Amino acid sequence: MAINNNSPWQMPFIGSLVPAGFPSPAQDYIEAVLDLNELLIQHPAATYFVRVEGYSMVDSGINPNDILIVDRSLEASDGKVIIAVLDGEFTVKRLHIDKNGNYFLVPENADYTPIKVTDEMGFSIWGVVTNVIHKL
Amino acid sequence: MIEFPIPEKNKRPLFALVDCNQFYVSCERVFQPYLEGKAVGVLSNNDGCLVALSPELKKLGVTRGMPAFKIKPLLKQHEIYLFSSNYTLYGDMSSRVMRVLSSFTSDIEIYSIDEAFLSFRGMENIDLIEYAQTIRQTVLKWTGIPVSIGIAPSKTLAKIANRVAKTYKGYNGVFNITDHPKTEKILSSIALEDVWGIGRKYSKKMKKIGLANAADLLYLENEWVKKNFTVVGLRTVLELKGYPCIELEQVTNNKKQIVSSRSFGKLCSNYEDIEQAMSYFCTTATERLRSQKSVARQLLVYVCTNPFRNDPQYANFMSGVLSDYSAYTPDFISLGKSMLKRIFKPNYLYKKCGIMISDIILEKNIQPNLFTLPYNEQSKSSIMQCIDTINTKYGTNKVFFASNGTKNNWSMKRDILSPQFTTCWAELPIAKD
Repeated sequence: MAINNNSPWQMPFIGSLVPAGFPSPAQDYIEAVLDLNELLIQHPAATYFVRVEGYSMVDSGINPNDILIVDRSLEASDGKVIIAVLDGEFTVKRLHIDKNGNYFLVPENADYTPIKVTDEMGFSIWGVVTNVIHKL
Repeated sequence: MIEFPIPEKNKRPLFALVDCNQFYVSCERVFQPYLEGKAVGVLSNNDGCLVALSPELKKLGVTRGMPAFKIKPLLKQHEIYLFSSNYTLYGDMSSRVMRVLSSFTSDIEIYSIDEAFLSFRGMENIDLIEYAQTIRQTVLKWTGIPVSIGIAPSKTLAKIANRVAKTYKGYNGVFNITDHPKTEKILSSIALEDVWGIGRKYSKKMKKIGLANAADLLYLENEWVKKNFTVVGLRTVLELKGYPCIELEQVTNNKKQIVSSRSFGKLCSNYEDIEQAMSYFCTTATERLRSQKSVARQLLVYVCTNPFRNDPQYANFMSGVLSDYSAYTPDFISLGKSMLKRIFKPNYLYKKCGIMISDIILEKNIQPNLFTLPYNEQSKSSIMQCIDTINTKYGTNKVFFASNGTKNNWSMKRDILSPQFTTCWAELPIAKD
């Protein structure tokens, strides 16, 4: 049941000039285009983006509306900036683990106080923040 | 009678079936952690019936396939979270899971959106349970999706092993049937219709002649099975007996056909509405075509009424060919329109419309033609690239063709859709103070 597609003949327009003369001396030195993914994302399957709300981390350069690059495959250790789940919601804080193995979520803004993680908080670590995308 | 020599150990095939637990529900939970431990359900197209549910929802007496209206009364009494199908999210999460699995072995067959077969051939000497647990933990950590793994000498048995891993909490999500001396006992707990490869037709026929469960198939004579249930049935029986007959299919070729179709939210009799739907299907199908760097030439359009109603019934299709391979959406929309005009008949209540694109080749394999530039050298391809870039950045269908219309009278009901957490910059999950 093929039907005719009455499209007009299209003639190619030869737009580019036939190259002649000297080739660019830089040609041999062009290697590859820089790829931001390569720089910022080590584990694509485990990397997610999260939008920031609020001011609790401004002193570490994480501002409202910034985009965080989060790698779930990394181990969250003392001193890492992490995405944590607290009472069913995401939050970004620096993780501090003290000598006794207590977990603290530490904001980086003098107006906020650190949160000591307790069993009732429904706390879990969702991923480790590796980079911040901040628009100037 | 065919003889099946048992290959020596270590050369025998060994399969692992990795299956995501309540995949759609798990995807919703990864980005909405408050859903953890709550009754969660995901509805089918048009929010018609339940396609995935969490164990907590199951406990309330809800089953898969239950129509949404039957769940409504429960919503008042219990805390239940229902979602429309978010295929964009599920598709992205699926590819992440498969990517993690591929890092463990290159012998992988992606069987469905939430299942993959891995080959464990030659791995008998390592602790397979431990290895499978590592796979499980890694998938969970990297993607947030819990999976179960069944290990067996054939794919059919791997399916069953997976079911055991899922059903009995004690196995912690991994079950190796070869460790189990009494395969028969396991099979006796599996209903015939739950065996991979036995359809409803065969299981009915089998029950008629007195077979009750999967273990009963072990005692059947191969010749007899072949005579009564064809070679397909024999294959299943041999697989249950532990002789692998179905190989790992690793052909991950690009799609040979792209189908885009949907049942309408409500019945349509208006030509314009259906044309808009068709135009929308062409848009999404050509998007997929471009994402696999391909071009195509053939388009099929079909419409049908709802056979479950007592209205006058009509269904028809038509297929046509473009003059050149293309991935330019308007090429397909205009060809589709010219065909739809011919098959559309007024005064019918249409339930469904769809399109299928075929004769697909890779863009780079276009045979140059004397008179026209190949698609990838035409301005058409730059226009499409531009539209795709905008839509990836700002969300699906931010830029679309006027022929898709703006009313979408035909559109699928997705009233309770979660955000495109992983594929749209405007809908990322939010970290609060």
